[in-house]
Formats: sequence, C-alpha cells, structure tokens
Amino acid sequence: MTVTPLHAPRGPRPADPDTPPPRRWPSGLPVEQPPARNPGMPLDLALVRAVRVNRSAVERRVASLAGRRTVKREWQVAWLLRAIACMDLTTLAGDDTPGTVRRLCAKARQPVRRELLEAVGMADAGLTVGAVCVYHPFVAVAVEALAGSGIPVAAVSTGFPAGLSPLPLRVAEIRESVAAGAAEIDVVITRGHVLRGAWDALYDEVRLFREACGEAHLKVILGTGDLATLTQVGRASQVAMMAGADVIKTSTGKEAANATLPVGLVMARMIRAYGEHTGHEVGFKPAGGIRTAKQALEWLVLMKEELGDRWLRPHLFRFGASGLLTDIERQVEHFVTGRYAAAHRQPMV
Amino acid sequence: MRAIYEAMDYGPAPEGDAPVRAWLAGHGGRFGHFIGGAWTSAEGEAFPVVEPATGRLLAHVAQGSAAHVDAAVAAARAALPVWRALDDHARARHLYALARLVQRHARELAVLESLDNGKPIRETRDIDLPLVARHFTHHAGWAQLREAEFPGQHPVGVVGQVIPWNFPLLMLAWKVAPALAAGCTVVLKPAEFTPLTALRFAELVAQAGLPPGVFNLVTGDGTTGATLVAHPDIDKVAFTGSTEVGRAIRVATAGTGKALSLELGGKSPFLVFDDADLDSVVEGVVDAIWFNQGQVCCAGSRLLVQEGIADDLVARLKVRMERLRVGNPLDKAIDMGAIVAPVQLERIRALCAQGVAEGATCWQPSWTVPTEGAFFPPTLFTDVAPASTIAQQEIFGPVLVVQTFRSPAEAVALANNTPYGLAASVWSETISLALDIAPRLACGVVWVNSTNLFDAAAGFGGYRESGFGREGGREGMAEYLVTPVVDEGAPPPVLPAPTAAPAAPAAPTAPHALPPVDRTPKLFIGGKQARPDSGYSRPVLDHRGRLAGEVGDGNRKDLRNAVEAAHAAAGWRALSGHQRAQLLYYLAENLAARAPELEALLALAPRGGEAAATEAPEEAAAREVEATVSRLFSYAAWADKHDGAVHDVPLRGVALAMHEPIGVVGVACPDPYPLLGLVSLVAPLLATGNRVVAIPSERFPLVAPALYALLETSDIPAGVLNLVTGARDPLARVLADHDDVDALWYVGTREGAAAVERASAGNLKRTWTEWDPREWLDPRQGEGRAFLRRAVQVKNVWIPYGA
Repeated sequence: MTVTPLHAPRGPRPADPDTPPPRRWPSGLPVEQPPARNPGMPLDLALVRAVRVNRSAVERRVASLAGRRTVKREWQVAWLLRAIACMDLTTLAGDDTPGTVRRLCAKARQPVRRELLEAVGMADAGLTVGAVCVYHPFVAVAVEALAGSGIPVAAVSTGFPAGLSPLPLRVAEIRESVAAGAAEIDVVITRGHVLRGAWDALYDEVRLFREACGEAHLKVILGTGDLATLTQVGRASQVAMMAGADVIKTSTGKEAANATLPVGLVMARMIRAYGEHTGHEVGFKPAGGIRTAKQALEWLVLMKEELGDRWLRPHLFRFGASGLLTDIERQVEHFVTGRYAAAHRQPMV
Repeated sequence: MRAIYEAMDYGPAPEGDAPVRAWLAGHGGRFGHFIGGAWTSAEGEAFPVVEPATGRLLAHVAQGSAAHVDAAVAAARAALPVWRALDDHARARHLYALARLVQRHARELAVLESLDNGKPIRETRDIDLPLVARHFTHHAGWAQLREAEFPGQHPVGVVGQVIPWNFPLLMLAWKVAPALAAGCTVVLKPAEFTPLTALRFAELVAQAGLPPGVFNLVTGDGTTGATLVAHPDIDKVAFTGSTEVGRAIRVATAGTGKALSLELGGKSPFLVFDDADLDSVVEGVVDAIWFNQGQVCCAGSRLLVQEGIADDLVARLKVRMERLRVGNPLDKAIDMGAIVAPVQLERIRALCAQGVAEGATCWQPSWTVPTEGAFFPPTLFTDVAPASTIAQQEIFGPVLVVQTFRSPAEAVALANNTPYGLAASVWSETISLALDIAPRLACGVVWVNSTNLFDAAAGFGGYRESGFGREGGREGMAEYLVTPVVDEGAPPPVLPAPTAAPAAPAAPTAPHALPPVDRTPKLFIGGKQARPDSGYSRPVLDHRGRLAGEVGDGNRKDLRNAVEAAHAAAGWRALSGHQRAQLLYYLAENLAARAPELEALLALAPRGGEAAATEAPEEAAAREVEATVSRLFSYAAWADKHDGAVHDVPLRGVALAMHEPIGVVGVACPDPYPLLGLVSLVAPLLATGNRVVAIPSERFPLVAPALYALLETSDIPAGVLNLVTGARDPLARVLADHDDVDALWYVGTREGAAAVERASAGNLKRTWTEWDPREWLDPRQGEGRAFLRRAVQVKNVWIPYGA
C-alpha cells in the first residue's frame, strides 16, 4: 500500500493580513532547551472565574484523540523510550527503606536492558528516567545513589498526600528536602481551598511553597480526584500557575481517582491559556494509575497535540509512575525479538 | 530510531487493506445487481468505481437499466405479502442477524468504505460502522415491537430508496433498517461514486437468510435512481441527497400517492456565545466541518460567533488547523482523507475562489495536501457577509465561514437566514441561554455544546428545504407505516356535481312578510372582515340548486395578505398548550351556543351519499354541528397532551424530541361537511401552534362568515386563522407556490393534489393531499394522532451534560 505523503512543507506564506499579532507563547525555544522558570503573577480572580469547562465536550475530545493519532513500529518504540525519559520513577510506600530506594536509583540509571537498547540503536543515547521521586527521608540516599548521573531527585512534601499538617511545618518540610539535595519538590495543595472557592488562600499557600523552594523546582499537585469538577480543576490550575508553579501535577496517586485524560486535557489547556497570557511555559505531570505503555502513548499524544513538542521533553513533561517502566520494557523487547515478553525477564525496580 | 526519538513525529500507521482487495479481486472486480435474492450477471453495461485517495480503479459496477429496476421492484412486490405477514419476532430475528453480521465484518466494511469514499478509517471504524450496527440492532427492536407499539398500522409497502455517497453504508442502514422493521420490502440504489459497501451488505443479506426479494440492490447513476423513483409500482420513495434532486423527486412523485421522505442539504449554523468553553468549541468545529472532509449534510459550516470573542476563537482555530493532518484515508493518524471525487473537489475549489472574489478572506494551514488523489485542506473564511455566496450555498467540503453577532436575537436571525433547516450547534455554558436558543432555530436537530451526534433512537431530519421525514427513533418508524382509514359502515358521502345554473330562489312563504336583510359575507384576514381584492362575488347554491347566498371571490392578493397576517400572528406558537386549549374550548362553547343558527345554515348545504336519501337535512346538520363541537373538544384536549419525548440515546445527557408547529399552513377544505371538514383540518393545526390560511368548502363557503363571527367572539387572536373563500384549486395552487407557506393540506381531486404537490417543490413545503373521501363524522376517521403528527415536526435537541 502506498502511503500518501503528509504535510509536505509549503513555502513561506506571503503577507497574510489576517495573521494575529505575534504571541509571546509558545516561546519558540528549541525543544531541548529548558524553559525559563515561571515567576507567577498577581492573583487575577477575573481570569480564574472565567474558566468554564464542559465535561462532555472534553470527554469527546479525549475519546476521539485515541482514534485520531497513533504510532506504530519503530515510531512506537521511540515514543516509549521518550516516555521513559519523561518518567519520574517513584516509590512512595510506607515500607520504603534505603535499600529499596538505592535499587530504584539503579534502575533509573539503566531503565532498559542494554542489549535491547543496542538492538534498537539507542545504546549511546544516554537514556535515563527524568527524575527519581521519594519521600523526604530518602532524598539524601537517592542523591548519593544518583551522583554523577544528572538525574534529579524529587521529594514529595507539605504533608503529602493530604497536605493538612500545620502550614509552618509544611513550609519547613520543603526547606528540609531542599537542604537534603532535592532539586524538585512535589507539594500538595489544600483541596478545601478549591472546594470553597478560597482562591486567595490557595494562591498564598502556593506562593509560600514557591518561596521555600528557592532554586528547586516547584511541582504543585492539585489532587484532581478530590476537586469534584473539571471547571474546578481548571481554576485550581490557573491559581497554582499564577502563584509560581513550575509544573502542575494531577494527583498524589492516593486519591480515589488518579490521572485521567480528561483532567489532563483540561490542565494542558490551562497551561496554554496561562502561557498565552503571560508568556511562561509551565510543565505538566500526570501521576497515578499510569501503568501501561499504551496509556503512556496516549499521554504523549495529548501533550503533542495540545501543547506541542516542547512538552515531550522532561523539562516540561513528566509521568509519575513506577510499574509503567516494566510494561514499556516488555513492549521494547517485543519489538526487538518479535516475541511477547515476560515481566520477570526485565530487571525489577 | 534515534532520529525518530529526537523528532517525535508520528510516522505512517496504515490499516491493512489486503482482505478487502482480495474480496474485490475475488469478484473479478465486477459486480452485478442483487435482485430477488440472486446476483445478476456482472457483464454488460457498467461504470468504474474509483479510489478517491489515488484515482485508481477499484471495480466495475453494473449500470442499472429500466429492466433491472422493473425486475427489482417486481421482486420486492412479490416478497411483500410474505414479509409483511411474517411474525414480528421473525422479522426481528432477521434484523438482529444483519446487526450481528455487520458487527462481525465491521473492520472489513470500514476498510472498504474508506477505500471507496476516501474518508478516514478512524471515522468508518469508530463512527460509521458502530452506528450501522446500532441502527440494525435498534430496529430489530422495532420489528419485535411493531404491533405492540404501532397497533393497527401497516407497512407502507414496496419502498424505493436512493442514498448518497457521503455515508454510504450508514445511509443504507438509516433507510433499510426501519423499512424492513416495519414490514416493507426495499429496492435500494446506492450512490454511483460509492456502491461497494452496499454490494458487500447485499452478500450479508443473503448470508443472513432474508427471504428473496425483501432487499434488492440496483446500482447505477442518476438515471437509475430517477427510474426507480418514477416506477409506478412502488409505494414510497425515501431519498437522501441534494436539495436540487429532492425537488425533482417531489415533482416526479406528485399526484402518485407515493409516500415521500427527503433528507436534503443544509448550511447549518454553529453558534458560539461568549460564555462557552472555547477550547471545546474549537474541537466542536473540528467535528462539525472537518468531519468526513466537510461532506456532511448537517455540517456546521457557518460559524456564528459573538463579536467580543471572535478574534480569540479564530486565532485558536488557526492554531488547531495547523495541527490537523490530511492524507491517506487508511492511515490511522489522520484527521481528514480524500474528497470523494475530482468533480466534487472542483466544486469546492470553485466556490472558494468565488468567496475570495466576493471579498472574503481565505485562510489555510501552512502545510500542503497530497497532490496525488483528491485532497483539499481545511479552510477558513473570515470577512464573510450574509450576502456572500459561500455564506449561502452548501459547499459540501472542509470550508468554514465565520460571521459575528451581537445578541442572542441576532444570532437566531443569522442562523435562520437560509432556505435550509437541517441542524444547528449551540455553545454556551449557561443552560438558560442555550435552551432559549434551541427552540428558536428553524431546524430539525440542535446539538447543545456538541455537534454531529447521531443515534438510531433519535430522529434525524430537516425543516424547510432540508427536506421532510425523520430517520431514527419512533418518528423514523412512522415514515414506513400507514394508518389505514377505518372503512366500516356506509361509504363516506360524495357530493353530486353542481347544477349548471342556479334555480330561482324560493318564493317567500308569506307574501306579507318583510324581506330578509341582505348579507354580504367577506373574507377573514388578520382578524378583520375583508372585501375580496377582485371585487367579484361567487354564488353559493343550496342542496336544491337554489341560490343560498354569495361570497367573496378570493384571489392571490387576498392569499398574500392572509399569509402575511398569519406570519404576524407568530405569538400563537408561543402560547402554552393550556392557553390554546382554553381558546379552542371557548370556540366550541360559542359554537354550541349558536347551534340553531348553524344548523339552519348547514341544512342548506349540498349533500351526497346514502344518508342524503334517508335523513332530513336538519337532522344531518344537527349531527354535523354536534360533531364539530366534539372535534373542537378533542383538539382542545390534545393541545397540551401531544407532547414530545426524551429519547434514550447512548450519552450522558438527554435528547429531547420536541413537537414544534410547522408554521403557516394552507388548508383546502373538503366539500362534504363544510363546517366539520374545515374544523377537522384546522383544529389540529391550531392546537399544535400553527397558523392557518384556509380555503373553506368551495361548494358551500357560507360557513366562513358563520365561523369568523365565532372566532371574533372567542378571542382567537387576529391572523391565527384566516378564511379566503373562492375556487379551491386555483387558490390552493397559489398557496402551494407561496415560498412563505410552510405546509399545505389539500382535500380535493387527484389532479388538484398533483398540482399542489408539484408546485410545493418550490420551497419543499410539507404537503398532505387526499382525494378519497373520508367520513368526517366518524372520529376514527376524522380526528386523532395521525392529524397531530402531520401538524408538527420533530426537533431533536441533544443536551450532553456533566460538570
């Protein structure tokens, strides 16, 4: 079968009188170049309240997207390896020990078996995960285990997952983790502020977190499963970005509902709207419930379609995941060998 | 791999087509017709079927001749007695088998459809085929429940169906499933461009074991379709396609008594208010106009956007359009495939060029479409005035025109500023606004915060020149069923021909009595008694042939005035059913109070039939008055009870089937029962919110002055019912020709009916014609849901919800 050529480039457009005035966003930076940090902006309640989200329409878009875009064969493998590069390899269990965290870090350095990477010509690509994400007590262990790899350590913080410990303690927790070497802090918001429409309280809270982070990047977990409506998700996203979030993140993984594509679509659209308004590029991290390679591809497609290729890099996009990596490895092995793969043949996390 | 890893592009994702090409090759690339359960020879006159994406030949398909159509109709006729007599459950099993066969072969059919039509495999796989299977499953249910849900109704008979190329298999399902469920037999003519899935479907019909002749397939071009439509032995024509061809079919079937349903073109508005979820609106536009390359009759091709957000929305649309992908229809990662044929591509190009020439601004994405095959990029026109050609004409391509409005009222005005009336989308997050707009749009389908949603349980079809009839749901089944007129008792009366010249008036019985005061009946227009424009009067003879009085001789100007008055009375439809009921009851009350006067008048009316010989005129008149009062009570009762439905569609939301009045309706009344006949036709129309221009009985129009006096005393608002006396057929013809009359009910002669139906093609007004007499006294014949059904059109309003 012939494949008709797609998207042959056309010459530069001659004077187009209807071109809208140039926007500051997207930034136009090369895809590999990290964005400038989002400094935030004063809380603009008019912008927040103008957010209207129609759930049915969002769900239709998400449902049709899976049929509109797909990647096959070597494209699929390349995209899955890209998913690994964007992965926050995570362990957030009550029984974590320095031993399990070191094991995780070893996997972060070498996420796919070397012979598989060689088979697909990616052995020298320096593939690692995007970050390792742990509770505060294991930050130092992880930093040590990852020394020299360039892989940042992220710490969940601020009374994760409910975020209801006293505010000074939450702020202090951030400072402790930063001091211990965490380059990224995943904070949780007070969901009650969103449910009560207390946008100023939410803004002030996130502002404090941002100040406490210093040079560390602030990833704000909205706990979307607790936020009841997509409109609330959208408004909370806006407030978090106005308060200076570097990344907005869906879930802790501990709520009843985890990262879903409709929530992801709304948050991506909010990132775009905020970017168009301010010129700042904010990252996105879906977390919780993403366990299969197929899901990972759906998220990457969503990012590419809604935000563009800069959100296919770890500086603007992360998966929060643990089990996902094994499924991706199996798919890569299947591509290489032509045989369906077994989980126990992949080095465990 | 490393390069892909860096570039993160999509790469090819082709759906395999080997099994389908093997199927084509297995037939030697040639197909005959499917008639009477067997395939005709594939040799003989044939036409090529081409793959739009490549321009390459797919197959040769037989060109249907008159002989083929004859044979197919004969086979359908022969199969009818068995099929219609078959147990409902048995027919349900057959339809269920078709649904399951379609499901089992869904991917094969989807690939074949994409090859033949050029539409993306995503659409055939995810939209068309599931809807096809859904349609057969749903109608297997109607087959099972036909007697239970439509008691006393009969299948209309042999149906000729002609379908378009834009949704070849889905349109087949929309036509075939309800027909078979009702007990009709079918001759189907698929589109010349896209006959292949219909051919494969015919194989499935054979595999399912349907009785031979129940489903027949004749392929061919427009001449084959015209032959089928004109065939004297079919009972109904169902057509989906262009308004132009729909008009021709209306003319061709005029006066034949064939039932007709037409699903025609559109220029559907897509209204966006400033409180809408704009990012979702953008995706809605993608689904509206870049679905099936815009080759969708209900495509939201006119984007009407509130002025304050227009620039924002257009900017977002352009960003989105850059990301659309056009290419091989079998690629699983594209948004748009190929235009169905080069001739259609040329038409799109020509209309776009005309749009530019007329001053509109054309915008297309920066990428180019494949040069091999028939491709056209998504296109956006701004600076478009309502007067612009591209704002008025159906382009049937991926071309969107943008206009702005300032207020809800202006949005509605722009939306309705078209001869069409198929569908509309309304986008607003405010429920009170969206649900205020939906009923004001002149169209058969409204999607709130959504677009192009279809389901077998919800009726689909147009208002105005987008055709009439519905497909899907209970209202769709009704198109394939008829309610036979109860024919018990004496035959209905037929009047003897009038005597040539009036006999002398009766001499005054008492020579010394005062002479009666002379009366001058007038026309009744806009709530006022009006002299006829012509200045002439017509004599009215009583049943003995004596001059009973004179009435105004109405003409076209009187009708013009009456139609204008009826339009001015639009407030009637805004009344609640309860309010209309009260006024109809009040009319009945006043009519009863004037019974002696009316009886004396009606005792003079010409009479016919068996009763005329045995029953005194006064007795007959008394019965007619009593029946008239009862009839008014019936429709007063129904005024708040002929309500719509909430359809069960697979959606978190509701689909409301609203019964809406058609608008201004002309009525040409029967001669027997001059009062009862008029009220029997007018009352259901008034009860449902229509305004009426009636031509009272030509033979005995003296009921008009009696009636308008009652209308005046009964507070019926001016213009709601207008009465223009005169010669029935010439007046009916004027109404049939009138582009601002929305429907016409005609009771008279077959020739008159034919003339009315022919003329109605001008604006495709809904017509209901009868030339067989009815016994209006019998409520089973003279009133009921059958009248109400014709007095309304169903608007389906889809309202998905979710916070």
